[in-house]
Amino acid sequence: MLEFPRWKVIWLWAITLLAALAAAPSIATVMGFTIPAGIYAPKVNLGLDLAGGSHILLEADPSQVRQQRIEGMDESVRNKLKQASPDIRISDISNRDGALTFLVEDPAKVDAVREAILPLTNGAGLTGARDWKIEVIDGNRFVLTPTAEGIDLAVAQAMETAVEVVRKRIDALGTREPTIIRSGANRIVVQVPGLQDPQALKNLLGQTAKLEFKLVDTTALQSDIQRGIAPPGSEIVPYAPGKDGGPVGSIAVKRLGGIRGDQLTNAQVTNNQQTNEPQVAITFNTEGGARFAKLTTQNVNKPFAIILDGKVLSAPNINEPILGGSAVISGSFTTQAASNLAISLRSGALPVDLKVVEERTVGPDLGADSIRKGMIAMAVGTLALVAFILAVYGRFGMYACIALVFNVLMILGIMALIGTTLTLPGIAGFVLTIGAAVDANVLINERIREERHRGRRVFQAVETGYKEASRAIFDANITNVIAAMSMAAFGTGPVRGFAIVLLIGIATSVFTAVTMTRMWVAQWLRKARPTEIAL
Amino acid sequence: MKLLKLVPDNTNIKFLRWRVPFYVISLLLMAASLGLVFTKGLNLGVDFIGGQMIRVTFTQSAEAPVGPLRGEIEALGYGEPIIQRYGKPNEISIRMKLPEGADHDSGLSDKMARTITADIKAKHADARVDGVDSVSGKVSGELWHSAVLSLGLAALAVAAYIWLRFEWQFGVGALFSLVHDVTLTLGLFAVTQLEFDLTIVAALLTLIGYSLNDTIVVYDRIRENLKKYRKMPMPELLDLSVNETLHRTLATSLSMLITLTALLLLGPGVIFGFTAAITLGIFVGTYSSIYMAAPILIWLKVTSKSFVPTESQLDKQERMARERA
Repeated sequence: MLEFPRWKVIWLWAITLLAALAAAPSIATVMGFTIPAGIYAPKVNLGLDLAGGSHILLEADPSQVRQQRIEGMDESVRNKLKQASPDIRISDISNRDGALTFLVEDPAKVDAVREAILPLTNGAGLTGARDWKIEVIDGNRFVLTPTAEGIDLAVAQAMETAVEVVRKRIDALGTREPTIIRSGANRIVVQVPGLQDPQALKNLLGQTAKLEFKLVDTTALQSDIQRGIAPPGSEIVPYAPGKDGGPVGSIAVKRLGGIRGDQLTNAQVTNNQQTNEPQVAITFNTEGGARFAKLTTQNVNKPFAIILDGKVLSAPNINEPILGGSAVISGSFTTQAASNLAISLRSGALPVDLKVVEERTVGPDLGADSIRKGMIAMAVGTLALVAFILAVYGRFGMYACIALVFNVLMILGIMALIGTTLTLPGIAGFVLTIGAAVDANVLINERIREERHRGRRVFQAVETGYKEASRAIFDANITNVIAAMSMAAFGTGPVRGFAIVLLIGIATSVFTAVTMTRMWVAQWLRKARPTEIAL
Repeated sequence: MKLLKLVPDNTNIKFLRWRVPFYVISLLLMAASLGLVFTKGLNLGVDFIGGQMIRVTFTQSAEAPVGPLRGEIEALGYGEPIIQRYGKPNEISIRMKLPEGADHDSGLSDKMARTITADIKAKHADARVDGVDSVSGKVSGELWHSAVLSLGLAALAVAAYIWLRFEWQFGVGALFSLVHDVTLTLGLFAVTQLEFDLTIVAALLTLIGYSLNDTIVVYDRIRENLKKYRKMPMPELLDLSVNETLHRTLATSLSMLITLTALLLLGPGVIFGFTAAITLGIFVGTYSSIYMAAPILIWLKVTSKSFVPTESQLDKQERMARERA
C-alpha cells in the first residue's frame, strides 16, 4: 500500500495539477481578471439562479396532436375515395370523440375501402405496431383510431419540429446563448441568460402561427352565425380581438377549398400606404404561390378570410387574381404584434400549440450577492475546518488539508472541463463536499492511531490504517453516490447542479483524500523514518 | 505538539444500557414530527402547490416592511399574499395564487407579477426584485409526486446496498435510522414553517446519503468485532464498537457541522432552509448512528453467526496472541 514507484508519483501529480489548472480561468474571472481571447480557457458556467435570466417550461397537449391526426386522416380518406373508380360513396363522417368513423353506403365495397385506406397507415416504432387501428363494425361502419404508438411517434415528431421553430424564433429576437432542449415526451425547456422580462419571448412562443386562407360562406345567415350554427360544410370562426381588445363577432367560412399559408419564403412588416398601419407582407414559394394564384383566380369577386391560429384577421374581397406570389396581411396590428407575426411566419408554424407551464426569472443582483456570500462562507468554513483538523491530527491533518485545497481546485477544474453549470445549491454542494472530504482522512487517521495503540510499528500501522479504513470509506461514498444519482434523476436546473457538484466531489475527494495523502505520507515515512508519530 | 482529543482514550460509555428509553424518546419525537406534518402541515412553496413567488430584498433597510406590504399588495386585488422572511430580515418572499385563467393564458400571471413588482418599487425605493417564479398546478403536482417517489426510492436503494454489503438486519437498521433522520427534519420544517421547496427535497436526498456515513463506520466495526469476539454478548459488543469508533464519529460529524454552520450563518439567504435541513440531518444522523442503528441489531437478533467467519491472517495472529495471554 505504501509503495509509490516514480511513474505512479508522476501520474498522480499530473492528473491533480492538470485538473487544478483547469480551474484557473474560472478563479481568475471571479477575481476580476479578464482572460485574453484566443487562449483555451474552459470556465465554469453559472446557472440562471447565479447569472440571472429566464427559465420557461413549455408544454404541448398530446390530445391536440391526436385531433390533428384524425382531421388529417379525414381529409386523406375523402380524397382517396373520391379518386377511386368506380367511386365509393361514404356518409355520416365524424372525426369527434377520438376516432374517425364513416359509413360505406354499399356494404359490398367494404373490402375495397379497406384496400384503399391501408396504404394511408404506417408502421410506428420498432415493435411492428401500426399507427392506426382499422375496424369495421355493424357490417359497413369504419372506425379508424390512432394507436398509442402512432400518437407517441407523432408527438415526438411534432416536438422535434417545435424545438427547431422555437430556436428560430428566439434567434430572431437576438438574445444571447439561449438553451433550448426537449424535456420529457411533450415539453421544451427554454433558458435565456440575462433576460429580465420574458413577456416578449412568451408572446412570440405562444403564437402557433398557423396561417390559413378560407373562402367566406356568404350564404350563412347573420342570425345563425350569432347562435353558432354554421351551414353544412362550413364552420364559424371568430374574429381576432382588435387593438382595443373588445369582441368583434364571428364569420362563417367553408371548411374545404382553402389553402394553408405555410409555404412562405419571407414575411416582413410594412406600412399600409393609406392608413399608415403596420401590416405583414408575405412571399410564397413557387408551389404556395401557384396554389394561392389558383385560389384567387377561381374565386374572383368573392370574399376570403385570412385566419391566424383559428382567428380571422381580415376578410377582404378578391378583386382580381393575385398571381405574383405575394400578398399582404392586414389586421388591426400593433407594431409589436406585426413584428411578432412576421418572425413567427418566417420561422414556420409550430406543429402544435405550446403553453407556458412554469416560468422562473432571476434578477441579476441576487446571483452576484449569492456568489459573494457563498465564497465568504466557504472561506470561513474551510479555515475553521483546517484549524480543527490540524488541532486533532497534527502532521496527518496537514496532509488532509493540502488534499482539501487540491480537491476544491479539481472539482472546479473538472466542472469547467466537462462544461457543467454551477448553481446556487451547487455552492452549498461545494461547502458540503469540503466538510465530507476530510471524513476519509479522519477515518484513516483514527485507524492508524488505533493500530499504534495495539502496538503495531509506525510503518505497519499506517499501512493497515489505510487498508482497513478503505472499506468504510468506500461504502459511505457509495451511499452518497446513490443519493446524488437519485437527485440528478429527480431534479432539474439548480437541484441537478447540486447533484453534479456532489458526484464530482465524491470522486475527487476519494482521489485526493485517500490516494494523494497516502502518497505524501509514504514519502514522508521513507524520508524521515520516524519511530513514533503524533496521532 | 499536543493534539486535541475529542474524547479520552479508552472511553467506555454504556450507551446500550439506555437503548429502550432512547428508542421510546425517538419514537415519540418521530410520532410528534409526523403529527405536526399532518396537522400543522408543511409550508409548501410554489414548486409543490403552484402559484407565483416574488423574491424581494430591501437593500437599505434592516428589516423588510412586511406589514405595510401586505396591505399594499392586497389592495391590488389579486388576493391575499403570503409574505415570509427568509435568510436575513430584509429578504422576503411574496407568494400569490395564480390568477384565474392563468392555466390557459400565462400572460395573466406575468401581468400580476409586473403589477406587484411595479407597485413595490414605486412605494419602496430600496426594493430589489430578485426573482419571479410562476409554476402551474400541473407541474407542481408532478414535482411533488416525483419528489416523494425519489425520496422513497433513494432510501430503499441505500438500504439495499447496506443489506448487500452487510446482512439484512443492518439494511433494516440503516433504513430505520434514515426514516428517523428524515422524519425529524420534516418535523423541524413543520415547527418552524420554513418554506418547503424543491431544494429542501434535494437536502433530504443528500441526508439519505450523508447521514449514513457514521452509521456505516459503526456497522463496519460491529462486523469486525463480531468476527473477532465470537463469545461476547451483543449489548457489550455493540457498546465496544460504538466506543471504539466514538472519536471518529464525533470528528467526522464536527467537520461537516463546522463548514455547514459557516454556510448557515454567512451563506446566501436563498438557501438558508436547504442548509438548515442538511445541518439538522447531520446532527440527528450522528445520534441515530449510535442510538437507532446499533440497538436495532439486538432486537433483530444479529449474532456472531450472522457472518461466515472469514478471519484475516492478522486477526488470527491477534486472536492466538490473546488466547496465549
